Amino acid sequence: MKELSLNILDITENSVKAGATLTEISIIEIGDTLTLTIKDNGHGMSDEILKTVENPFYTTRTTRKVGLGIPLLKLAAEQTGGNVKIVSSTDATNHGTTVTATFFKNHLDFTPLGDVKETIVTLIQGHPNTDFLFTHQTNGGEVKLDTRELREALEGVPLDTYEVIVWIKEYLNEQYQLLNNR
Amino acid sequence: MKSLAELQAIKDKMKDKVVIREGSLTTRVVVGMATCGIAAGARPVLGAFVEAVNESGLAQSVTVSQTGCVGLCQYEPIVEVYEAGKEKVTYVKMTADKAKEVVEKHLKGGKVVVEYTVANCE
Repeated sequence: MKELSLNILDITENSVKAGATLTEISIIEIGDTLTLTIKDNGHGMSDEILKTVENPFYTTRTTRKVGLGIPLLKLAAEQTGGNVKIVSSTDATNHGTTVTATFFKNHLDFTPLGDVKETIVTLIQGHPNTDFLFTHQTNGGEVKLDTRELREALEGVPLDTYEVIVWIKEYLNEQYQLLNNR
Repeated sequence: MKSLAELQAIKDKMKDKVVIREGSLTTRVVVGMATCGIAAGARPVLGAFVEAVNESGLAQSVTVSQTGCVGLCQYEPIVEVYEAGKEKVTYVKMTADKAKEVVEKHLKGGKVVVEYTVANCE
């Protein structure tokens, strides 16, 4: 993947496929580390499956037999000296999966974060009926988007309505401008 | 500053439109967004379709949606166009610019852009 934001898009698709009603995507940049957390309330994975997801030859897809999502994220993290941790539970009251990836930004092999705004917009456009809580913290402050708040204001108008998608793009642009000017 | 009040304004404007939209959709554009598609550049292709369809006033009849892996990973980004009463058209190795062209010539003009289809890609 050319940008970490594409890994974020790819990994979050797994959360949606796992039936998550809420997926929390958090990026925290402090000093020279970047920590990415994707936490969902989907159906979770058993210990047996969990052991196999880092293996490129494990996949849930049926069209072909190789799954590269987690291995690619792991590669991107480990080549900077970082790592990926996955915690998952299928417990009836507390099910879901949390993927945490740590990157060292000063490492030569750090993949740039890229366009996170486009990733968030793409996720909302593709999955307007599930919720996303996105936060991006840097030393300058925080960008935040909670689709539950948008949904409440929209009173039944779908989140993938073009006017709404354009609003989300402009909102995120504005938030990032404020963050970068601080 | 962007505010939630603007969303409420969109809501008021859209409330009537939503009903009309339901029955009139005739064309579906489906973009492959699995790991293979994303790595090959599907995200800007999807964005270009969403923008071009809406900016050319086709939103009443065309939906743009996302799907998983179609099984032809070497041809990603792949876009399938389903039109009522017509055979499915599969576009391969798409880019944002090609997407705009497909919206203009195929979705708006009714002529399949043969050079970008899978049949033309061997």
